Amino acid sequence: MTAGAAIRQRSYLQGPGRLLLAPAILLLLAASIAPLLVTIKFSLSDYRLLFPDSSGFVGLSNYARLVASPDFVPALVNTLMLIAIVLAASIAGGLGLALLLDGSVIGRGGLRLLVISPFFVMPPVSALLWKNLLMQPVSGFFAWLAALFGLPAYDWFSHAPLLSIALIVAWQWLPFAALILLTSLQSFDRELREAAQLDGASPAAILRHLLLPHLARPIAIIVMIETIFLIGVFAEILVTTGGGTASTDLAFLVYSQAMLQYDIGAASAAGLVAVVFANILAIFLIRAVGRSLEA
Amino acid sequence: MRTRRRYRAIATMFAWAASLTIAFPLLWTLLTSFKTELEAVSFPPRFLSFDWTLANYRGILAEGDYLHSLINSVIVAGGSSALVLALAIPAAWSMAFAPTRRTRGILLWMLSTKMLPPVGVFIPIFLFYRDWGLLDSRTGLVLLLAAANLPIAAWMLFSNFRDVPGEILEAARMDGASLWQELVSVLAPLALPGIASTFFLVFTLAWNESFWTLNLVTTEATPLTAFIAAFSSPQGLFWARLSAASILSIVPVLLIGWLCQRQLVRGLTFGAVK
Repeated sequence: MTAGAAIRQRSYLQGPGRLLLAPAILLLLAASIAPLLVTIKFSLSDYRLLFPDSSGFVGLSNYARLVASPDFVPALVNTLMLIAIVLAASIAGGLGLALLLDGSVIGRGGLRLLVISPFFVMPPVSALLWKNLLMQPVSGFFAWLAALFGLPAYDWFSHAPLLSIALIVAWQWLPFAALILLTSLQSFDRELREAAQLDGASPAAILRHLLLPHLARPIAIIVMIETIFLIGVFAEILVTTGGGTASTDLAFLVYSQAMLQYDIGAASAAGLVAVVFANILAIFLIRAVGRSLEA
Repeated sequence: MRTRRRYRAIATMFAWAASLTIAFPLLWTLLTSFKTELEAVSFPPRFLSFDWTLANYRGILAEGDYLHSLINSVIVAGGSSALVLALAIPAAWSMAFAPTRRTRGILLWMLSTKMLPPVGVFIPIFLFYRDWGLLDSRTGLVLLLAAANLPIAAWMLFSNFRDVPGEILEAARMDGASLWQELVSVLAPLALPGIASTFFLVFTLAWNESFWTLNLVTTEATPLTAFIAAFSSPQGLFWARLSAASILSIVPVLLIGWLCQRQLVRGLTFGAVK
């Protein structure tokens, strides 16, 4: 087909093309952009569910009240800590696992199944089984492990609620990191690696100078995608600690402001803080993904 | 040669030890689900020497709550995934075979809506659902979860459709096939593996979704996520029972996940890692 025919062909298709694209775009507009605009409006209004008449434009006073409230700064810090711990643990653990599984091991298929499994466990299940079967200080499995080494049992959720939640979430995301890194390792040029080995490069040098540079891009993508989901960690908090300053993140703060304190204005403001936060990361991710569209 | 074999044995040992550690919480849950409540809290824990029982499974299946939630989960996850495909297949066809100057921008815009945290839109949607009677309804969840997973599906299908040679579709068009026939009888069979893995991925994501399903439903439409979350109340703490309920809730998507793990990487990274 000549180039001119291709363009004619395409312009002939553009009418139906738009028609077929429209429903998907409409649903996304209705479920994301429209409510986001309403959230912005709420965040600038005095709106309490208990006083329905109290709505009206109040400028930035919801934001001021939110920032001044004793819950806000801890929630922001908790969100950042949670993301940092989960990213560090899942990427370090995932890299270790990926390197192990990429080597010449027996039964790699079975190993993959074991490693990927936690990713498919719904958040309430993983949170409750970690809390009650593993971390429980009296009869949990970790208490037994500690006793084996003559250590006192550690009361995870009383002493370190955020760390406990972060460990559970890290366990859910470690398979994702491991699988992506394994996929990337397997696309690595074997010959290059073998040549380096023949030239006497140590395994550490190969990791440092060949593999890690190759993995930089997948690691960046893991960081961004996990962060997008980690900004919204909610169920794990709801079913373990049920909130509290020590373990409330931004997502949970929005829930408690709106559903427990009926303060729609402040909750909307908190939600928008999370949105701004996510947007900063989104810019980077969209750039990385946009590049792959050209390839 | 011998050092190589030894190296392989050691690597295998480490790999299995690490992988079993990762899967241990699930294996432990499976074991606990066959214990009595008393044995589930015994200290030191029993590993294999306990009276194996199916009583927990029998108890949960006998009560209506689990089945009620299971049906809701199947309807909500299945319904939203079907809706996603119904919207994403035409959209992906349009972007792959009738691209315009704006296609790239639309793809990236779809991706950006996935990056909007649910709490950013939670309150308006909650109030709207309250006023329109969509709270605690399966329809409400189906619509929302479809919107949540549509970007991922559109991307996965778009990258799949691009591998389909456009000449085949053109030939069908020359032979007088309508657009509907082209989509259903020509494209769908050619791209079936991609469509199936897209369905399974969004089904899994919808099955496990734990923000909307915990906040928008109370009794009638509760899926398994809410059924399990109810165990967090103090009177719900029976661990053998919790274990059995957990196993029953995760097995369907675990099986699906095992089958589709390779497409998972491509889908969740929006094609950036293949």
